[in-house]
Amino acid sequence: MTAAIEVKNLRCEFRVRTGLMAAEKRVIAVDDVTFSVPAGSVLGVVGESGCGKSTLARMILGLLKPTAGTVLVDGKRLFDLDRKARARLIQPVFQDPFASLNPRRRIKDIVALPLEAQGAFSRAEIDRRVGGILERVGLSAAMGERMPAQLSGGQRQRAAIARALVLEPRIVICDEPTSALDVSVQAQILNLLADLRRDLGLTYLFISHNLAVVEHVASEVAVMYLGRIVERNETDALFRAPAHPYTQALLESVLTPEPGRGVPDIGLGDIMPDPSNIPPGCRFNPRCRIAVERCRHEAPARMVRPPQGMVECHLA
Amino acid sequence: MSALLEVEELQVSFGRTAAVRGASFRVAKGETHCLVGESGCGKSVSALAVMNLLARGGQRSAKRMSFAGTDLTSLSDREMARLRGNRMAMIFQEPMTSLNPAFTIGSQMAEVLTRHKGGSRAAALDRAAELMGRVGITAPGMRLGQFPHQLSGGLRQRVMIAMALMCDPELLIADEPTTALDVTVQAQILRLLASLKREFGLSILLITHDLGIVARVADHVSVMYAGEVVERAPTAELFRAPQHPYTRGLLSCVPVPGRVQRDKPLGSIPGIVPAIGAGFAGCAFRSRCAHANETCTRAIPRRPMGDAHDYLCRLEPGWAELQPA
Repeated sequence: MTAAIEVKNLRCEFRVRTGLMAAEKRVIAVDDVTFSVPAGSVLGVVGESGCGKSTLARMILGLLKPTAGTVLVDGKRLFDLDRKARARLIQPVFQDPFASLNPRRRIKDIVALPLEAQGAFSRAEIDRRVGGILERVGLSAAMGERMPAQLSGGQRQRAAIARALVLEPRIVICDEPTSALDVSVQAQILNLLADLRRDLGLTYLFISHNLAVVEHVASEVAVMYLGRIVERNETDALFRAPAHPYTQALLESVLTPEPGRGVPDIGLGDIMPDPSNIPPGCRFNPRCRIAVERCRHEAPARMVRPPQGMVECHLA
Repeated sequence: MSALLEVEELQVSFGRTAAVRGASFRVAKGETHCLVGESGCGKSVSALAVMNLLARGGQRSAKRMSFAGTDLTSLSDREMARLRGNRMAMIFQEPMTSLNPAFTIGSQMAEVLTRHKGGSRAAALDRAAELMGRVGITAPGMRLGQFPHQLSGGLRQRVMIAMALMCDPELLIADEPTTALDVTVQAQILRLLASLKREFGLSILLITHDLGIVARVADHVSVMYAGEVVERAPTAELFRAPQHPYTRGLLSCVPVPGRVQRDKPLGSIPGIVPAIGAGFAGCAFRSRCAHANETCTRAIPRRPMGDAHDYLCRLEPGWAELQPA
């Protein structure tokens, strides 16, 4: 079976200048990333800000050309497809629905736009499909007449999901889809995304900094650090026995609602990762609490991790 | 325990919109008190009302609002300004917007001290450097000469905390101090706040939407919904025996790592927070509550349950244990 998303040796470099006279710096945002997502499954991608997870998403969506490597979506190279075909295949849902919905158009017009852009649907067909998808995401026809500002955050995210699904894509890239929402609404949206995936057979790439959310939705999880996937495995295996010290630290930093346990000392130190200045050896070594001499000059190889994962650490 | 900050029946309105409707909470000396709730519940507005920092058009009134024995409602703007940043300090969610981008860290920190306590700028800079070291900023001497944009988000929040400590405040009001930060940095900042509380005997009013943070750092909790404190309790008690249906609903929404059942939906609260207009009566949660009946449209009693635990609901204490699972 063809994987829904197949990424091979993907790399993305930016050249930036920090000042008028400053030397040009090379920022490696994504570095040699390889994975595949089977159709109908959910790959969760976690990591701190600046780890390259959103850059990865933009390359998979075809919004950003990789410096090297390939992206196959449903077995096809995105850059061989025109925009219309790409839109029918893969769609994004972003973090802040207020920023991603045109504030001057009604919700039903916003949701209809992808259909109109295809130029292949009659007005009646467009209305029928828009009505259907709004109902499917839990928005009434009356909501469709409103402007984005008249909706709550959760309703706006439902509208963004409706717009993403109206062309019946196979694959949806969710980039922090619930981070701007309240917990009670977050749960509604996560449940909706889970229902839609099951009923429509969708594949998700689900990017989040919230590990608890990722554990809830993902079948497989990839942990990114400074542009590389440092560990990837089936969700249960990764959460039960994290192999990489960074994964362990991330898991420990999740504050579960258990009173009396205090805030853990995750021992990552004060050095923040900087993608324009990647340390030699293992890129995590300056923050790693178990690093040894070898980690400072030799980059770890990719090692197999059962049941079907990988990890990049000398000590795992 | 004596209360450092006592707020009774606080009302805040903006025009015809009631943002806070009779909220009462107290922060004891040396404790961390959490105001928890979702966006728009009035938790930030309550804190701003205490500091007298409400946006233009905001009206506040309270039966009682006292800080270390001083009646805050009777203070003039000038007297209040002397208290703010001095004996009570505040830190906000996004440190980038609360720091002035055009001044160095050092000059912004020094100004706090020279304005409130006088003294030389050099002495103030020394104090700033000392506190920066105290909040875990390496090479404070270099940082003093830097501008806010040259610092990472975690460092900026540490600077805000150091700045808040410049005048040795008794009360620190922290409004979502870690929401804009990565989880790894969040843990560091929360540990820092806990150690400052121990060392400086600081009292903290922490505003958050995150029940994980509440569980780990709070001594007491007030749960807010639609401008009211619907339940308050010591932290362990709140998580062990939550009574208000809203508190129970919120707790069921939080996915707990290691206890996830992926095939089952998360608990969620249907609907959205209603708009509260003038003349609203009864329970504001009733439109989203599975246990609501016609009595919920009338005045709701505050039910005591043990020492420091009470809640606003028609249901009797212990009702949840009688429910079929």
